[in-house]
Amino acid sequence: MKKNKFIVKSNRLLAKYTYEMELKGDISSIKRPGQFIHIELDGFFLRRPISICDWTASSLTIVYKAVGRGTEYMAGLAEGAELEALVGLGNGFDTQKSGEKPLLIGGGAGIPPLYALTRKLLENGKKVTVVLGFNSADEAFYISKFTTLGANVIITTADGSLGVRGLVTDAMDGLDYSYTYACGPEPMLKAVYDKALTDGQYSFEERMGCGIGVCMGCVYRSKTGYKRICKDGPVLEKEEILWQT
Amino acid sequence: MADLSVNLSGLHISNPIIPASGTFGFGHEFAGFYDINILGSFSFKGTTREPRFGNPAPRIAEASAGMLNAIGLQNPGIDRVISEELPRLRQVFSKPVIANISGFSLEEYAYCCERIDKEEQVGIIEVNISCPNVRDGGMSFGTTPESAAAVTRAVKAVTTKPVYMKLSPNVTDIAEIAAACEEAGADGISLINTLTGMRIDLKSRKPVLSNITGGLSGPAVFPIALRMVWEVYEAVSIPIIGMGGVSTADDVIEMMLAGAAAVGVGAANIRDPFASKKIIESLPDSMERLGISRLADIIGGAH
Repeated sequence: MKKNKFIVKSNRLLAKYTYEMELKGDISSIKRPGQFIHIELDGFFLRRPISICDWTASSLTIVYKAVGRGTEYMAGLAEGAELEALVGLGNGFDTQKSGEKPLLIGGGAGIPPLYALTRKLLENGKKVTVVLGFNSADEAFYISKFTTLGANVIITTADGSLGVRGLVTDAMDGLDYSYTYACGPEPMLKAVYDKALTDGQYSFEERMGCGIGVCMGCVYRSKTGYKRICKDGPVLEKEEILWQT
Repeated sequence: MADLSVNLSGLHISNPIIPASGTFGFGHEFAGFYDINILGSFSFKGTTREPRFGNPAPRIAEASAGMLNAIGLQNPGIDRVISEELPRLRQVFSKPVIANISGFSLEEYAYCCERIDKEEQVGIIEVNISCPNVRDGGMSFGTTPESAAAVTRAVKAVTTKPVYMKLSPNVTDIAEIAAACEEAGADGISLINTLTGMRIDLKSRKPVLSNITGGLSGPAVFPIALRMVWEVYEAVSIPIIGMGGVSTADDVIEMMLAGAAAVGVGAANIRDPFASKKIIESLPDSMERLGISRLADIIGGAH
């Protein structure tokens, strides 16, 4: 992990509430898909943890939902704005465990880290199926980007305005897959966990303080002891997960 | 050459900056960012006899110019702190550390302090009688002069190291409690712990923190902390580690003018892992600008 200055290269509305921001800077500490960036914002005491969607040699992309004051402030940042951020935080997904036909399931704001994961798995020669769940068609994003990468993409919407009507789990029936990767709101993770036929990795979210494993603000009680979501997570192995509700 | 060194009950430290307990873990995470030997010292995460998981999430909320936490004294317990954390710390920190000890009974405070007393790496024992986020312990010992004095006596009986009592601001008269600790044998006073507060989520209409209340820290509390350090300095003659919202070198100097012999940096480390380093590096410039050649000379200078 490193603390670096980033320049906003672009920041645009992708779908309802959803923005894509490209940040130029030193991304050398990013090791795996599923890691996150912890962004300092003027006027806000705590940093904002945002999962990394993808990266190149000199920039990274985040896709975030403007759902609170911090992310609304981010949505207003113009090209050229400077941000300080800790980058390359968290453990990220382990692509070695995927098997030949991994299934990736994302819901809403949980979809972005699956983009780089899809890219890596395809580079590794895997046959990737991605289920992307949205509330409705106007919140959908990145569908063509996943398709262009070469993944088999299935869309679900809660209101049926696009793809399969229902939840991501409604699209899991009959799929043939070797491993499960999931990221999304906790009820979705639980539903996927209950339905998945394979081992897998699940990316969690929690309110964070420091982002570097010190303050114990985002601790999760797992089957194998406590996990700091920011440092030991956000990705947990299926067998570690202990549902709290 | 600016002299930043200060003396805490015979412990000479190279500068007054001490990352506060709960914001610096057991040190090694920060050693990944910078050489933590530049610190005066630091106070490790509040430690109890048994391992504690702490409160359910969410444990963190934001505030204007600060944050609330309701961790609930999560720690690995005194045995693992001694067997794992201190040896690991020794790899990255060669100075004496401040051991922050908490408890739920006089016996527990005494037990932990007796255990930690034998550890050569520990320079000072900071006794936390001020955690606002646990029931039937922590802060309940710090809210009356009698109970604060009782903990002080119990701890002093089992240790030869300097004992600093860490006080809560959630009291009517903090100076009275500090004076009771001094009379009971305390070697120093640390203040302030966090101020009890809360936030409500406007969408769910429920408290943000699962514990309902949490401890407020950050720049928002600095003037309160400063006032309390001022009051305690007037009431006692033992050294004070002043803390609460300190985030710049100028804050450090202000805190020392109010009476602090050393200065804790807390929430600033959560916002920025380099905060304590930046403060240490900018202290000489602030001193030069303000005509201070020896930092120890200004302690209590505003009185």
